[in-house]
Amino acid sequence: MSRPRPEPVQVVKQRRDAALAALVARVPYIQFLGVTFDRRGDELTAIMHYDDKLIGNPMLPAIHGGATAAFLETTAIIELGWNQIWQEIETEGNELPPLRLPRTIDFTVDYLRSGLPRDAYARARINRVGRRYASVHVEAWQDNRDKLFAQATGHFMMPQLND
Amino acid sequence: MTADKAKLAAQFIEAIPHSRALGMKLTGIGDGEATIEMPYSERLIGDPETGVIHGGAVSALMDTCSGAAVMSHPDGPKATATIDLRIDYMRAATPGQTIRTRAYCYHVTRAVAFVRAEAVDDDPDRPVATATGAFTFERSKA
Repeated sequence: MSRPRPEPVQVVKQRRDAALAALVARVPYIQFLGVTFDRRGDELTAIMHYDDKLIGNPMLPAIHGGATAAFLETTAIIELGWNQIWQEIETEGNELPPLRLPRTIDFTVDYLRSGLPRDAYARARINRVGRRYASVHVEAWQDNRDKLFAQATGHFMMPQLND
Repeated sequence: MTADKAKLAAQFIEAIPHSRALGMKLTGIGDGEATIEMPYSERLIGDPETGVIHGGAVSALMDTCSGAAVMSHPDGPKATATIDLRIDYMRAATPGQTIRTRAYCYHVTRAVAFVRAEAVDDDPDRPVATATGAFTFERSKA
């Protein structure tokens, strides 16, 4: 038996991009921070576009540790949300289910270098996701992928269908 | 800390661009302890279904307040940087309410300040979040 003919690439891309945009647009704080997401297949890279309002130390100047923490946490939450809806997106003609975002239980940030006044990038890796809990690691860098300026590990409560 | 010094500290904290953007107000500072509040704002919402503030905004508040506590320490440095910060989220902050944070240095070494912080909304008996962090601590010359 031959496999069904794959969908045209533009149709697939459009559906994935629309789903990602809808996910990200839901969270006002992501807009406040100026964070956007780049997608390659199912891999997401978060970008925190530099803005003066992200500065925490005007003398250096350096990005505020709180902005960095928020950037990493947002990256982790969107990665989890994205991971949840991916199967749905890949099923042709499927309506996306109403999405509830995971809730942070705890979040630990390691500050490795001061954040420079320029764009920052982050990727999250889901180390475990179960029915209730998830553990996620996030890495953030600026100019050089090998020189992280921050990393974080967080635990999240996955949304339950009936609560 | 003298009234003048406290006023200077308040101006310093409120001049930090990211803290300003989040609307933070320093309400108390001195001897390795600081209190800062952040009013509710729709721009800071993390979950549009409930209107609850994003954890990241709470992180920024905890980080600023902890840093202020370090800088107010009697042996204190003029500047500090976060080495690590862990936040535990106990419950969602009630939408519409101001979040208040208190941070204090519970131990300082020659190079590191260890800080604890707690955030509450209008119900002070049920904390919204707690944080523990380590900050760089460069002693001012004796």
